[in-house]
Amino acid sequence: MRSPRRRGPFDEAPDSSIGRLLPALSVMTGSCVTIWPTIASFPFLPPVGLLMLLAWRLMRREALPVWAPLALGLFDDLLSGQPFGLGITTWTLCFFMIDLIDERLVFRDFWQNWLIAAGGTAFYLICGRLVAVPFGTHVDTVLLLQVLTSVLLFPVISLLCAWLDRDYEPA
Amino acid sequence: MAPSNNRRPGFSRRAQYGVFATYVFAVAGALVGAILLALSYFDPNTFGAARTAIAEVSAPVSSALAFVGRSVGSVPGGLGSYVGVRDQNVALRKQIADERAITMRARAINYENRRLKALLALRERVGVPVTTARLVSSSAASTRRFATLNAGAWQGVEHGQPVLGPEGLIGQVLESGPNTARVLLLTDPESSVPVRRTRDGLPALAQGRGDGLVDIRSVSNAAATFAPGEVFVTSGAGGVYPPNIPVARVLRRGRDIVLAETAIRPSTLDFALVQRAYLPAPAPAPTPTPVPTAKVKKP
Repeated sequence: MRSPRRRGPFDEAPDSSIGRLLPALSVMTGSCVTIWPTIASFPFLPPVGLLMLLAWRLMRREALPVWAPLALGLFDDLLSGQPFGLGITTWTLCFFMIDLIDERLVFRDFWQNWLIAAGGTAFYLICGRLVAVPFGTHVDTVLLLQVLTSVLLFPVISLLCAWLDRDYEPA
Repeated sequence: MAPSNNRRPGFSRRAQYGVFATYVFAVAGALVGAILLALSYFDPNTFGAARTAIAEVSAPVSSALAFVGRSVGSVPGGLGSYVGVRDQNVALRKQIADERAITMRARAINYENRRLKALLALRERVGVPVTTARLVSSSAASTRRFATLNAGAWQGVEHGQPVLGPEGLIGQVLESGPNTARVLLLTDPESSVPVRRTRDGLPALAQGRGDGLVDIRSVSNAAATFAPGEVFVTSGAGGVYPPNIPVARVLRRGRDIVLAETAIRPSTLDFALVQRAYLPAPAPAPTPTPVPTAKVKKP
């Protein structure tokens, strides 16, 4: 569709080094939303990097290696203002949880993807709240709203990932 | 379509070990991450160098985006003020005439105040400005309330300096890189500022809540009551913040602990003024010298 001539079945596959890096790059771009110039008085931005990561992982297992959330979580920790190490730990745990779920489930359709992503996002945000601020602070209502907006944003992020992945051809 | 559950990549032992090794690496990395998390739980400012290094790159981007936003956002206001400039002119003239008496009285009081202070031989410290810069971004995805300031150690910004806005206190510098600094905002749950009531000087603490508001906690022994609209300014206790800077305004009637809104809602549109810490931390005590005529340290 993109090339003027359709590639025949015996032609060589086009070079896809950017295609291989695309998932990681898009997750890092998602982490960069916090540099948007605004001074927030309460947490309103969803963790877009994590949503991107989960969308890629749930859409295509081999898009990112198992150790990818370590590096991507580290990058996110440096930008998000969450305590250092939170992204590294929780993002990797999310990957392991999805691996476990994949062992049990044969089929996954989008509703299950959404549910899994909702669980992962809530896990990340609640862990962040427990580590970052003392127990008695009044952030729980805004945290709930943040979780809700993040969960509602997941289909959009999934669509975006699917659009980025449109050129992918399985080997 | 059933997902291909290809955890086992065929019969090649080497490929199988490769997959196993990636899992071992991921688990080890997660454990290291947990240790890092524990470290940053006990000392939140660890790894500040890595964070400021990233901020050095991201702050110019934020700053450029903010500049574009300001330029575009100022167009409708500019058009509106061009149209309404005549009416505004009349209104402003009237306001100047109305306020002339107040200004004169304030000048007289100011003069008298200076004379009285001179009579008392009161030594007064003034807040020494360090630099003026804009806040360019903030931690909008986290429950902590940090902002990034577009000036750092090269401009003289250091840990612990107060950051002021046009209408009141913004916060305190937490860590500074070469060209950027991280500012702890007033509304952060870990922020606590000694304040006093403008009406009677009642001492209190303004503690951030994390949801954009602050709690005013009375620190005096007597039961304190607060009424909506009461203004709290910094007291200068603790030596970080200079006194008499507006901090918060009480929202609801209450006793001992009440809800208040901050005097300033920082935005990327305004400049922030960084000042020297009001009473800088004392230098480490010099090694005692046997000279008997040691200088008396001035307060």
